[in-house]
Amino acid sequence: MQRAAALVRRGCCPRTLGPWGRSQSSAAAEASAVLKVRPERSRRERILTLESMNPQVKAVEYAVRGPIVLKAGEIELELQRGIKKPFTEVIRANIGDAQAMGQQPITFLRQVMALCTYPNLLDSPSFPEDAKKRARRILQACGGNSLGSYSASQGVNCIREDVAAYITRRDGGVPADPDNIYLTTGASDGISTILKILVSGGGKSRTGVMIPIPQYPLYSAVISELDAIQVNYYLDEDNCWALNVNELRRAVQQAKEHCNPKVLCIINPGNPTGQVQSRKCIEDVIHFAWEEKLFLLADEVYQDNVYSPDCKFHSFKKVLYEMGPEYSSNVELASFHSTSKGYMGECGYRGGYMEVINLHPEIKGQLVKLLSVRLCPPVSGQAAMDIVVNPPVPGEESFEQFSREKESVLGNLAKKAKLTEDMFSQVPGIHCNPLMGAMYAFPRIFIPAKAVEAAQARKMAPDMFYCMKLLEETGICVVPGSGFGQREGTYHFRMTILPPVEKLKTVLQKVKDFHIKFLEEYA
Amino acid sequence: MWVSCPLSWGRWAGTGPHPKPRLPSHPLPMAPRAELCPDGRGLAARLLQPLLSSQWGQQAAAKRAPPSQAPPSQPWPTEPGPADLIPASGSCHLLSLLPAHLSRVMALRAVEHSQEAANGLKEKVLTLDSMNPCVRRVEYAVRGPIVQRALELEQELRQGVKKPFTEVIRANIGDAQAMGQIPITFPRQVLALCVHPDLLNSPDFPDDAKRRAERILQACGGHSLGAYSISAGVQMIREDVARYIERRDGGIPADPNNIFLSTGASDAIVTVLKLLVTGEGRTRTGVLIPTPQYPLYSAALAEFNAVQVDYYLDEERAWALDVAELRRALRQARDHCRPRALCVINPGNPTGQVQTRACIEDVIRFAFEERLFLLADEVYQDNVYAEGSQFHSFKKVLTEMGPPYAARQELASFHSISKGFMGECGFRGGYVEVVNMDAAVKQQMQKLRSVRLCPPTPGQVLLDVAVSPPAPSDPSFAQFQAERRAVLAELAAKAKLTEQVFNEAPGIRCNPVQGAMYSFPRMELPPRAVQRAQELGLAPDMFFCLRLLEETGICVVPGSGFGQREGTYHFRMTILPPMEKLRPLLEKLSQFHAKFTCEYS
Repeated sequence: MQRAAALVRRGCCPRTLGPWGRSQSSAAAEASAVLKVRPERSRRERILTLESMNPQVKAVEYAVRGPIVLKAGEIELELQRGIKKPFTEVIRANIGDAQAMGQQPITFLRQVMALCTYPNLLDSPSFPEDAKKRARRILQACGGNSLGSYSASQGVNCIREDVAAYITRRDGGVPADPDNIYLTTGASDGISTILKILVSGGGKSRTGVMIPIPQYPLYSAVISELDAIQVNYYLDEDNCWALNVNELRRAVQQAKEHCNPKVLCIINPGNPTGQVQSRKCIEDVIHFAWEEKLFLLADEVYQDNVYSPDCKFHSFKKVLYEMGPEYSSNVELASFHSTSKGYMGECGYRGGYMEVINLHPEIKGQLVKLLSVRLCPPVSGQAAMDIVVNPPVPGEESFEQFSREKESVLGNLAKKAKLTEDMFSQVPGIHCNPLMGAMYAFPRIFIPAKAVEAAQARKMAPDMFYCMKLLEETGICVVPGSGFGQREGTYHFRMTILPPVEKLKTVLQKVKDFHIKFLEEYA
Repeated sequence: MWVSCPLSWGRWAGTGPHPKPRLPSHPLPMAPRAELCPDGRGLAARLLQPLLSSQWGQQAAAKRAPPSQAPPSQPWPTEPGPADLIPASGSCHLLSLLPAHLSRVMALRAVEHSQEAANGLKEKVLTLDSMNPCVRRVEYAVRGPIVQRALELEQELRQGVKKPFTEVIRANIGDAQAMGQIPITFPRQVLALCVHPDLLNSPDFPDDAKRRAERILQACGGHSLGAYSISAGVQMIREDVARYIERRDGGIPADPNNIFLSTGASDAIVTVLKLLVTGEGRTRTGVLIPTPQYPLYSAALAEFNAVQVDYYLDEERAWALDVAELRRALRQARDHCRPRALCVINPGNPTGQVQTRACIEDVIRFAFEERLFLLADEVYQDNVYAEGSQFHSFKKVLTEMGPPYAARQELASFHSISKGFMGECGFRGGYVEVVNMDAAVKQQMQKLRSVRLCPPTPGQVLLDVAVSPPAPSDPSFAQFQAERRAVLAELAAKAKLTEQVFNEAPGIRCNPVQGAMYSFPRMELPPRAVQRAQELGLAPDMFFCLRLLEETGICVVPGSGFGQREGTYHFRMTILPPMEKLRPLLEKLSQFHAKFTCEYS
């Protein structure tokens, strides 16, 4: 059986097999029989196979770049080869990648990065002085004054200081200690590192990690990889995806029967759900974490992406401090930020940081040790992070242009959030909560029973079936709700609001037309 | 002086008994590293353990941190310590040997409970006792306590504290540019153009750099480095890497679909190891790694709770890899785990040997016979200095060995932009080429990589230039070649000098530095120094290296951080300091060793 499976696999992969035939492989098998201690399996089996690989890795799922995205890649290739489709391009609305969707980089940030990369440019008259000043400062803090040296594993000192100063400003003066700042390779790296340290125990004492449903699938993927227990708490779709502490309580109580819930992850503003938490809600969550002795992870990478005029981003750190010493000196918190989102959208540089609060000093030592094995986060990403937290200020040469660019990006995003919400609300069978923040719409879609059957016949989640059809018929690539988690029997998809306004309008119109047609087809 | 010390050098002469290799004594997967770390704790904790358990440790800590105060933030060394713990030299206090954060930890432990009571603090969720035990077992000496201490010394120097030296020399890590190596111009030009495409109109950049940048940007989403690339890396760059491998290996084909770009080579190594680890108890995956090794391997295996299986390189034969030793290690490991992978570092880190073609063939045959997945760490492939030594890639040898090896043996080979002649460590660029990997597993690897989205794009750009440098007809060719040659020639000269100076020093013996960026000399330590170290709860070579750092400002990593045969002592030192600094540095180090030896005779 196994051998047959191996043969099938090899058949899929003639290139690596090479042109050698049966007699040689059986000769090899004979040779193997001569050697003493040997697994029973046939010699033809590879060492590393689906059956023999790390089962935790096999269990990992990551829908944002999953099968639908692979399919999108295939379709793009087919288009390039001239194969006729009902559309001329694939629109990748699956991932929050602003610059891939045509957003222009912020000039000042790129100027500083270019100066750091190629310091000969420091003599060039075509760069503004404030950019040069920042580049010199960053380079002076780097080993050998070069981005090409490893930095300290925790990140370049002066950049950590800038991050701390930024947090202090953001939080209205609540102090931040550079020693608590760890620069990372994108926020994902920080999140998985902290989770890695937290997971322990076996059987019923295995660490449970509470995550929202719907969630950003990095969380479920890392939990699978670490063989931790995923504890779901459901956001309230009928209440604009609000987080309800009663639901947290339900989830933790049930989880305690089979694991040791130790961590609570919050994504605010929400991904994929776009809600922005109220201050009151954050207080409730902190109180709950304090009561239940949970380590808090606050994923705040969309902190600059708040669009609704009547809501505001509150950092967990700030609320924690303002709740008084009982909380501020007890609740353990890690908060994450990134260069990939906000107004700069510098995903490719993989810059990010985390701030840890109330972390045990011994654990900080462990954290630095663990980070040091990977040497350091990319120094270019660290430099990008520095510009994000230390932008031009009034009076500086680049201030005006920088502000204009920033406002333009954020203004556009706000407009697109509104546009998306409005368009979806007009479609029968689609319900879309307000997009208060982040970069995604996560509308609920009605899928008729006949379509659900058709999907099941193909062994697909109904919303995967829907999204595949959408991709094949319109070229629009969105991610099915099942990749993020959703209440049983409900269906959603996640779509970014990042395409340029005109294109977004077309996309939304096409989704609308598709949906109506889909409903008719499976009525 | 060396002769006057009662030390045994029998093994050097080949007359003494071969030291018995340490073998994993714990078959349980929960304690795969127990033989190196008896209490199951990290190095920092191990350093502290004897201090914490001694009455003195607690008293000292309590004295320095009154329970009513917050943890002290200033380092300790200005205060005198108890006389019985001042080393024989009288010149340095034990606590000053420990990084301040470790000292603080001691203090905290001592006052923790009373503080908690006073402030109404709850016990933390995340503590040493509650954390992931595998992470706790991780050790990484290259950036361990000695480097923390180096950082503190640098700070003290800046604050004007008087020391017997004026600067700290970080010879602990292969970081060429931190040691003053100037970046190669062309790759930086291409990267600056990609970062800030307005520069494409500037007359200050050569045309070939501009063409290169335009080509790369064309291949990026939104024509910007700011977009995520696909998880395996920009397709065009993967194709360039494949062509580079083909050229390097004399035409043996490489498939871009087998190339995965990574965040430095470390990232790729960890990913492949992660795929391999499975099973429980006696079926837990075992991974053969060299001793001495680059500690990324032991760290990753500890983290994954895999079983580390040590095979020893032969110091007497210039750190050669001997297949009989592989066989011994494997046979013994089979009693308590299932060995599934074999890691080879060539050229060697920290040992600097370059494997012969015959040796590589033997290793491949062995791996094939024993059904081991091969990991070839070839990040120093451009760093070969010794006459008569040549780099042979595992891929090339494997392919040339023909069937059954060529089409069956699974291999992952790693490369990086951090080493070679570019030394662009900070950009974290690298790749892995997988050979004969099961197609379904490749998909799993792709999936796993996608969770982290993509390797940093600037690192991918530099990798592209590293694998496709300017051609002879390009305007930048001459300068690029001149810069490249200068870097490599200087490294070769420094490798030679290091070997020479160390071998002139009594009590130090250094194998030829055939490749890579390090010397890993063996040193004799007098029994009294060993005893002293043991009293202090330190590995003897750690004790030596800490004292060296305190007294000379030279930061090297003790051999115990890489693994070594029981009873032998080494340190790893990079050959990267500039030529004019390197000779005095080597002499200072040799003199310190002589002084240290006398002091404890």
